[in-house]
Amino acid sequence: MEVVLALLVGILVAASVYLMLGRNLLRFVFGLVLLSNAANLTIFASGRLVRANPPLVPDGLSAPPEIVANALPQALILTAIVIGFGLLAFALALMLRAYRTLGTLNSDDMRDAEPLPEPAEPTAGGDRTS
Amino acid sequence: MSWYLFLPIALPFVTAVICFLIRRCGSAGRWISVAGSALLLAISVALMGQVWSQGVVAGQMGGWDAPFGITLVADLLSAVMVVITAITGLAVSVYALIDIDSRREKLGYHALFQVLLAGVCGAFLTGDLFNMYVWFEVMLIASFGLLALGAERAQIDGAVKYVALNLVSTVIFLSAIGLLYGMTGTLNLADLHHAVDGVENKGLLTVVAVLFMVAFGIKAAVFPLFFWLPASYHTPPVAISAVFAGLLTKVGVYAMMRMFTLVFTHDVAYTHGLLLVVAGLTMVTGVLGAAAQSDIRKILSFHIVSQIGYMIMGLALYTPLALVGAVFYLVHHIVVKANLFLVAGVAKRLTGSFELSDIGGLYRASPLLAVLFLIPAFSLAGFPPLSGFWAKFLLIKASLDIGSYAIAATALVVGLLTVYSMTKIWTEAFWKPHPDGAEPALSMLDGRTRAALLLPIAALAAMTITIGFFPEPFVAFAERAAVQLMEPDEYIRAVTGAAS
Repeated sequence: MEVVLALLVGILVAASVYLMLGRNLLRFVFGLVLLSNAANLTIFASGRLVRANPPLVPDGLSAPPEIVANALPQALILTAIVIGFGLLAFALALMLRAYRTLGTLNSDDMRDAEPLPEPAEPTAGGDRTS
Repeated sequence: MSWYLFLPIALPFVTAVICFLIRRCGSAGRWISVAGSALLLAISVALMGQVWSQGVVAGQMGGWDAPFGITLVADLLSAVMVVITAITGLAVSVYALIDIDSRREKLGYHALFQVLLAGVCGAFLTGDLFNMYVWFEVMLIASFGLLALGAERAQIDGAVKYVALNLVSTVIFLSAIGLLYGMTGTLNLADLHHAVDGVENKGLLTVVAVLFMVAFGIKAAVFPLFFWLPASYHTPPVAISAVFAGLLTKVGVYAMMRMFTLVFTHDVAYTHGLLLVVAGLTMVTGVLGAAAQSDIRKILSFHIVSQIGYMIMGLALYTPLALVGAVFYLVHHIVVKANLFLVAGVAKRLTGSFELSDIGGLYRASPLLAVLFLIPAFSLAGFPPLSGFWAKFLLIKASLDIGSYAIAATALVVGLLTVYSMTKIWTEAFWKPHPDGAEPALSMLDGRTRAALLLPIAALAAMTITIGFFPEPFVAFAERAAVQLMEPDEYIRAVTGAAS
């Protein structure tokens, strides 16, 4: 079961990296969604997958009578999902705002914060990073 | 449970709620923000006093003992970081009385600012790895809001890059937490110190260590992960840039210092060796990037990157003296960097631009402002007797002591190149006449504006001078903090001992 989950995480990360390397910011956000899900599954697999009882303590006892599943990873994932949801919602809203304000979602065309230097004379190579 | 530990996190949240509720009621929110920051400073000084006299202070939240519950813990490093956060918060909130326009106030600037302080304090005080992730997120979402607030074109552009790269860092951080938990079965930092000894596959542990290094490296803006910083820090108003420049990257540095002294010390030759290379490259790329810029804020942004290299260098050398230098540098840098951004804001107000070729004549306009610029600028470059000199002196002495001549030489050359950038700002903005023939003067600003803008700058400059002329107590303090980092027994005893 761990192997299946590990493969799934691998596929999710590969797909998300592919999406995030694109220039379109919407693809980037989708890649981020996949990546955060991959991280959640990683935590899930780290907590060990076993066939065990739910971690419930019956009335009158102070500890569960038999081996129970680890509840902590689920608590962590739940927190991470909530936080991730908030951040992704913000990211999506920001991308929408960027599209309306800047008129593009192509990250190569977003040069408002760091405008390219005016080409004084045509030079070979065309450095786009400065 | 010590209330001192809890209040630096709770108080900014309370201030934030009040500021949010009254954000449309004129100027009241500003003053509440200032009052909240001042109260935070008082509490954090009290916390520092307690840690100084009693040693490491720890408290278990919700009555669950460590390592099961969430622990808040303050050693000297955490305590001094909280104090310096409060000082920066207070200085910037006074500056923001004038600098933030009413439109941004109505959108909730003061509330977001206080949430940011709460997140930063939380990250410094937590003793639990997952909890640290949560505080990083609190800090992050507040900084997203502040960066995009007002939604000018450049701001949105900068925010896209900032948000994208920081979210990637967040996911890497989360995955690393999951993997470390899978190997050790605990998330409590003090507990992890012993738990990592039980991990058989040390290679896997090193992989996770490098994952943490990348995650914190993006936050701290080290080479080659710093590109979001110069793309975004110059876009918002100065009162936002200054607090970002002072605090945010330093949270990444702090987290790295914590993890790579308390948890990942199993293979120092590899992990800290890697950090040393990163530190050198960070210093050099940052300072060269700054040399190529002509906007004051961009020059200062690149210098943040370059200075982060010095702090990582102190951690990477991993000797007691080097950590003394790193702690000293951290404190000195926050004060100086926030101050330089505040000075840049006044320069823009007087001359109308941040672009060096479009401005000038500031020395004639105000010799006082010129002096207030020179103090943090020369301190940044490491001129004696200012605070930056002692910080660099400690680090370079530490590297010479163990024969790391290459990094010592790099640090010295980068210091020299820093002088180049600072003199560039000096000659262009202060010395040469204004290109339009305009003669800016400090009297262009009315008395209240002048007071609100210059008071925090003068206070921070006074701190720089104090550290510079009387370094003895500060070095003694940093020495004790470094001992706590190098020998974490006291930290661990405070956390696990508090459980019994």
